[in-house]
Amino acid sequence: MSDTHSETVAYVRETMLPQATPPASEVGAIKWLRENLFSGVLNTILTLVGIAAVVWLVQAALPWFLHGVWNANSLPECRQIIAETWGEGAHGACWAVIRERWNQFLFGFYPSDLYWRPVLALALFFAAVAPVLFTELPRKLLWGSAFYPAVAYILLWGGSLWVPISVMAGFGVGWLGLVAARRTNLPLLGPLAAVLLPLIWWLFLAGPVAGMLEDIIPLGVEEVRSDKFGGFVLSLTIGIAAIVLSLPLGIVLALGRRSDMLLVKALSVGFIEFIRGVPLITLLFTASLLLNYFLPPGTNFDIILRVIIMVTLFAAAYIAEVIRGGLAALPRGQYEAADSLGLDYWKAMQLIVLPQALKISIPGIVSTFIGLFKDTTLVIFVGLLDPLKGITDAVRAAIEWKGVYWEPFIFVGAIFFVFNFGMSRYSMYLENKLKRDHR
Amino acid sequence: MSDTQIAREVDRSHMQVSDEIAIQITSMNKWFGSFHVLRDINLTVMRGERIVVCGPSGSGKSTLIRCINRLEEHQSGRIIVDGTELTSDLKNIDKVRSEVGMVFQHFNLFPHLTILENLTLAPIWVRKVPKREAEETAMYFLDKVKIPEQALKYPGQLSGGQQQRVAIARSLCMKPRIMLFDEPTSALDPEMIKEVLDTMIGLAEEGMTMICVTHEMGFAQAVANRVIFMDQGQIVEQNEPYEFFNNPKSERTKLFLSQILGH
Ligand SMILES: Nc1ncnc2c1ncn2[C@@H]1O[C@H](COP(=O)(O)OP(=O)(O)OP(=O)(O)O)[C@@H](O)[C@H]1O
Ligand SMILES: [Mg+2]
Repeated sequence: MSDTHSETVAYVRETMLPQATPPASEVGAIKWLRENLFSGVLNTILTLVGIAAVVWLVQAALPWFLHGVWNANSLPECRQIIAETWGEGAHGACWAVIRERWNQFLFGFYPSDLYWRPVLALALFFAAVAPVLFTELPRKLLWGSAFYPAVAYILLWGGSLWVPISVMAGFGVGWLGLVAARRTNLPLLGPLAAVLLPLIWWLFLAGPVAGMLEDIIPLGVEEVRSDKFGGFVLSLTIGIAAIVLSLPLGIVLALGRRSDMLLVKALSVGFIEFIRGVPLITLLFTASLLLNYFLPPGTNFDIILRVIIMVTLFAAAYIAEVIRGGLAALPRGQYEAADSLGLDYWKAMQLIVLPQALKISIPGIVSTFIGLFKDTTLVIFVGLLDPLKGITDAVRAAIEWKGVYWEPFIFVGAIFFVFNFGMSRYSMYLENKLKRDHR
Repeated sequence: MSDTQIAREVDRSHMQVSDEIAIQITSMNKWFGSFHVLRDINLTVMRGERIVVCGPSGSGKSTLIRCINRLEEHQSGRIIVDGTELTSDLKNIDKVRSEVGMVFQHFNLFPHLTILENLTLAPIWVRKVPKREAEETAMYFLDKVKIPEQALKYPGQLSGGQQQRVAIARSLCMKPRIMLFDEPTSALDPEMIKEVLDTMIGLAEEGMTMICVTHEMGFAQAVANRVIFMDQGQIVEQNEPYEFFNNPKSERTKLFLSQILGH
């Protein structure tokens, strides 16, 4: 008895089992299908309905895409080719319009021998933002980025080189003012000089100085006026400028809204609520009509510049609210720790608060940017040729493309999608990268 | 309140109270709205003193020590820290804050920075110490709190006790003359409490002026030279630790001690 008993208790394995493959229902496609598509009655029904919808859509749209014609000189010719190849009554896309007029969708009425300039401006834009977006790159490159606006201006609009140089000099003037004011030891004089001197420079001096310098040393490239802009050159110019400008403005507004200083707070709240309460189109009309009344007579303020200002203000109000959410989400302990280490307000904001608040706000900020970029098509209402309607209408006005409808929209939509999807992916990359810091 | 055993012998040779005043608080009052949180506080702390503040929840302990580096503003009376009076003058406030280190209950490390960056941030940006030198100082103090190997990790990757030791090291990197602790161990598990207390004892042994809000009586008995009991915004009793615990004078103190000691 006792022998058998002891045998069942003590046990030593002599041969190790090799690893076995799991049963078919537990691996690969079958398992995935079961878990994700057919896990229950409702799920199965939804899957079947979904498949049916996709099949129906493809069936309806695919022939239209497949019958597409690229080589034709007009819409009737397209139709004729389709009818000849696929039989009477067949539908098909007339991509020929894109092939023929793609340059207008992209460049509007920009002189075709100067197409390289906006293209170079866009390429340089990516080079300039790279050190901002990817922190792995050397910080010194940021100095290059700082000069990008002047370079972009001269590439896009051309004209005298002295104009952007004299505008950029405004920052130098502000900096000199700040340094000089520091010497006097009056606390408020520094910021005041840094803001007022450049404003005075830009409003009254920058223009005449540029003109004078141009008289002495003429230096410039062929000018392209704003009414030649159109299509994606216009959308990207407005979109990129407004995106780049609205983020810092939004940050300032968000901080202002949480400020202890009553006036600063009231101004920020008033601004944000007013701008958010008004449709963008109203602001654009204001830009095209009213802004001229407020400016000193004789200043001819470029319409694209005016639109950029309005779109920037509009987006900044939204961004301010998104960032305010991020600021509110930070525990009070972070502010207290920063204070207790002796960091002053601006350093605490720059080093502790904003990096964390902005990280929380990334999805909201990028959503606002995407919305902003798409909203640039609204400039049609102030007579600018946006790619979606402005250019499309212009193309359709030509007798050979009268009646073409879907193709331009699909083409323009696809380009918007590429840019917006890129922004969305970058935001996901950034979120992922920063997540590891927190865990 | 707990009574973590203080395992090691405390070296008292450097724990000398000098006759130089570190903090002087006279007739100080503070209100939150209409609520009178601190009432007529008078407290003088000499350089080298180790003071433990205890009292029931809501008695104003945190508020008191937060007034010392002006995380809270007092409404009347005077607070003079290291010869600098705390007024609304921002320069004075920043000066005091860079001289006074503070350790919080919930660590408040900066989660987006590595441990090393947490430690070098204030020296570099406030004290304008060169980065290399700040990093050397940081490593010295990380070594001191016994976690030099964590320098490149992020706060989220450390245990509570390690985080609190980093927080202490972060304050020390500013070479403060006074350290304030607000319940530094009450968010920690028992085994981590010990490692943090150990670090604090080490500081006391080097002669640091410390004010500690804590309910760790073992710590109070081992290092404090004075225990202050607060109730309803007032200092009710203060005494040296042995007398305080074994022979409390006021009824409130007796009641409080009997509750926390579970007698
Ligand atoms: N920011 C504030 N606004 C209004 N009342 C506050 C504020 N902070 C603290 N109080 C109140 O002041 C009183 C004292 O708070 P304090 O945090 O100083 O107490 P404590 O002694 O540290 O308590 P505990 O042991 O719970 O930390 C409490 O009644 C609290 O509710
Ligand atoms: Mg407290």
